[in-house]
Formats: sequence, structure tokens, C-alpha cells
Amino acid sequence: MYVEMRHINKTFDGFQASRDVSFGVEKGSLTALLGPSGSGKTTILRMIAGLDRPDSGDILIDGARVNDLPGSKRGIGFVFQNYALFRYMTVADNIAFGLEAKKKSQRKSKAEIRARVEELLGLISMQDLGKRYPHQLSGGQRQRVAFARALAPDPQLLLLDEPFAAIDAKVRRELRTWLKEMIARVGVTSIFVTHDQEEAMEVADLVILTNQGRIEQIGSPEEICLHPQTDFVRDFIDARRFEALKTVSREI
Amino acid sequence: MEKKSERAYGRDVVGDGLHSIQKVIEPRKPYSRPIVKYILISVSVLFLAVMLVIPLIVVAVNALGDGWAAYREAILDEYTVKALLLTLLATVTAVAVNTVFGIFAAYLLSKFYFKGRQVLATLIDIPFSISPVIAGLVFILTFGNIGWMGDFLKAHDIKIVFAVPGVILATIFVTFPFVFRELFPVLNAQGKDEEEAAALMGAGGFMIFRRITFPHIKWALLYGVILCTARAMGEFGAVSVISGHLRGKTNTLPLHVEILYNEFNTTAAFAVSSILVILAVLILIARNIVEWKRK
Repeated sequence: MYVEMRHINKTFDGFQASRDVSFGVEKGSLTALLGPSGSGKTTILRMIAGLDRPDSGDILIDGARVNDLPGSKRGIGFVFQNYALFRYMTVADNIAFGLEAKKKSQRKSKAEIRARVEELLGLISMQDLGKRYPHQLSGGQRQRVAFARALAPDPQLLLLDEPFAAIDAKVRRELRTWLKEMIARVGVTSIFVTHDQEEAMEVADLVILTNQGRIEQIGSPEEICLHPQTDFVRDFIDARRFEALKTVSREI
Repeated sequence: MEKKSERAYGRDVVGDGLHSIQKVIEPRKPYSRPIVKYILISVSVLFLAVMLVIPLIVVAVNALGDGWAAYREAILDEYTVKALLLTLLATVTAVAVNTVFGIFAAYLLSKFYFKGRQVLATLIDIPFSISPVIAGLVFILTFGNIGWMGDFLKAHDIKIVFAVPGVILATIFVTFPFVFRELFPVLNAQGKDEEEAAALMGAGGFMIFRRITFPHIKWALLYGVILCTARAMGEFGAVSVISGHLRGKTNTLPLHVEILYNEFNTTAAFAVSSILVILAVLILIARNIVEWKRK
């Protein structure tokens, strides 16, 4: 297991966001945290990233307990829901930021950083847009920049918070496929949060379904669609079950 | 790809808030009837003329009433120069102190949540609601001979009341909230995402401030500094109470104007006033440049 959560509990001002959450994620896999809003999926992601601390329980990354390690030392890349691109920096500077922020001893030379930025701009097919500012980009382009920025320091784990929520429906499908391909190409272990079951079923290898801070079911998309273990899962999936099944059968 | 992106930008469905909103609520053509417009214009112009323009002309006319030589003499008078220097000293100190404090306070109150946050924000606004004269009096009661800290200060031979430190303290007090007030809404609207993202990538506090927070607030900061400067230079009430009106020692320009005027030295009073007017106009120009750049 590359990422492991063991009996995590988390409360915000009396609201219990996580109740005894435990799961593991294999190295190189693409996992979806799926659930309705308020089900605690973003909290789980933020705790893995070190943006929030669990009240109890252990978080392990690559076998080591990271509860007390600041997020910047966990070897992760994070894509925020609204991308949180630095609006006063160009696209190239945004991507370079994670490399420039490293400690002097680990920092690469200016030329190496520039080369890495070029490489990533190539990866997201935006070679000519490095000098643009975020507000001059479309939603899809912003998402690609956020993706490149998170990948720049070569993280072992990529976390994405609702990566498609801010994109209009037409482009969303296209980007979904693009992101799945990119993650497969880079080979980075990834976890993303979504409230859209179709998205989770189509993109992820493993789906973790959350409800009211608890985990309802963990399994592959097929397992969850064909063998829902609780009433909640059945209801949650039912609405779109037909489409989901179609997708699954097409993929098989 | 390029073409497609341009189209998407024109639509700007998602936006980062500011840009997209501006596009949507473009002000519509205002409801207009010429007669209403002209009545409003003439009322405004008349009001401005009576309240602002005529007094300024009076200052200029009276200052030069006895000719250039008298004007020069009044301005180059030893006490006037000293008053000008003290005003500049108090202004620079107050602006520097309040800028540093304003940045810290605005950052604290917009990025951290803790008990008493609201109370702190209200406390910072006190100088806006308290009469400056009372502020001066409070300082006398705190630092004066019979005051709270009087014995302590006397024992250590520190003079605050009726001395330059008192003048500076009073100026700082009165101009306290300006920088904070300008920065706070801007920082509040920025949210924490960009800073969290930077921190996750290993950036330290200073790097985050320099590359993410500062570019966001720099125009608001400059605007706050300008307002603070304007207010500090013109401060009268608090300084008047605490200074003791010692000519050449604790007299600032506005106090000096009052003294000259009370001595029936009208020309000199207006001449010294004209210095303040010129400084104010310069600040006004700077303010407009900043406002224009901010857009």
C-alpha cells in the first residue's frame, strides 16, 4: 500500500467530518473519493495533504507515518478545486514555483528549472502560452496548468480536489480522458475527489464511497455498480446505474 | 487549439471572480433626463465652489497679499521651517509605524480565525470614532506628570507630554486605521488557496508574502499610505492638546498656523497654510495616479 489511512477521526467545531476512516491505495493506481457534498471526502484529501490534521488515527505514506510531517515534506502535488493558480505570475512562473520554493541544497539550477518548465508545458500542449497570465486562459487550460504545476517537483502522490467541477460540461468529458491518460503516462499514484459517480466510474481504478464521514464501500467501479453493499450505495448509484452499467460493459 | 482558447476566454465562464464579474455587471446606460443631469451638476459645482474652491483662492490671495517678499519671509521664518520639519518627522514616523502595523493586523485578521477577532477589528477602528482632542487628553492622562505612567517616566527621565515624542504618538494614534482599512478587504477577498498551494510546495512565509500576498495588495497599500500621510500632516486636535504649543520645539505646521493667526499675523498664517495646501494637492495627485493604476 502506498497511502494508508488507519482509523482516522476528524471534527470541525462539533461537526464530525471523518468517522473511523480506514483504507489503502496501491502505488501507481488512480483512486476516486466519491460521495455527496458534506460526506467528508475533501477532508480526507486535505488530511493526506497535511492541510488539516486528524484528531486521531494514523496516515501512512510509503510505509512511514506522516501525521506530524508538514505537507510540503510529504512528496505530494495538490490540484485545488479552483486551481489556486498564482494570479500575478505567468503560466511558466506558476509551474516553476514548486521548484524555486525548494531549499537551497535541493534546488535545481535556473537552467534546469527552465528546462523542466518547458518539458511540462509540452506535456500539457501549451508551449506557446508560458507567458500568459491565468486570467487570460480558459477553464480547461487553467486546469492543465494546475496539473503541470503540481507535477513539476516530481511528486510521488498527486491529489486532486474536484478537478472537473469548475469546467463547463461540454469540455469536461474531454478533459477527463485527457487527465486519465496523463496520469497513466506519468505513472504517479493519484487520488481525486468527486461528487459525480459517472466521473468516478469512468476514470478511477478504485472507488471509495463516503457518506456522513464514514466509508460506505471500497471497490472497483464494476464491483460498486454490480454489488452495492449498503442501501446508501444502492440509492446513490441507482439514479445513474443504467448509464454506468453501459459504460462498464463497453469497457469490458 | 489557439483559436479555441481565445473563444473560451471571451466567454470567461469560470473566471477568477474579478474579471468575469466586471464583464457581467457592466453598468447599463443610466436613466437620463437632461434637466435632472444639469440640475445635479450645478448643485454639485456650486457646493464645491463655496466649500472648497473659494477658500483655496482666499488662502492664495491672502498669502500673497503683501507681495512675494512678505510671503518668502513668512515661509523662511525660523519657526516655520522648524514646524515644517517636525510635521514631516511626525508624518514619516506615523506612516512607517502604521504601515508595518497595518500589514500585520490586516494579514492576521484576514487569514487566521480565532476568538476575539471581531473585537480586535473593532478596536483598531477606535481612532476613527474618537475625537482627536480626547485622544490627546488620554495621552496626557497616561504619560503626563500626574498621569498613570508619570512617575515611571520621570524616574527614567523620559519626556513624552509637551515634547516631540508626544506629538509623534498623537499623530500615530489618529492615523492608526488607514492602512489597515485599505488592506483588510483586499486580503479578505483573496482567500487562502494560493497561499496554501504555495506552502504545500515548500515556500516559506517570506517567499509567500513577497510573491503572492504583496503583488495582490501593493496598490491598496500605497493608497492607504497616501491617505495616512494626508491625515498625519493635517492633524491638529490631538497634537494641539499634547504638544503644549512650544514654538520651535513642539509646534507642527497646523499649530503654527493657529498661533500666527491668533497673533493677527494674517499674511504669515495664510503663507504657512499655503505650504499645507501645496502638500495636500501633491498628495491628491498621487492618490489619483494610484487609483488610476489600480484599475
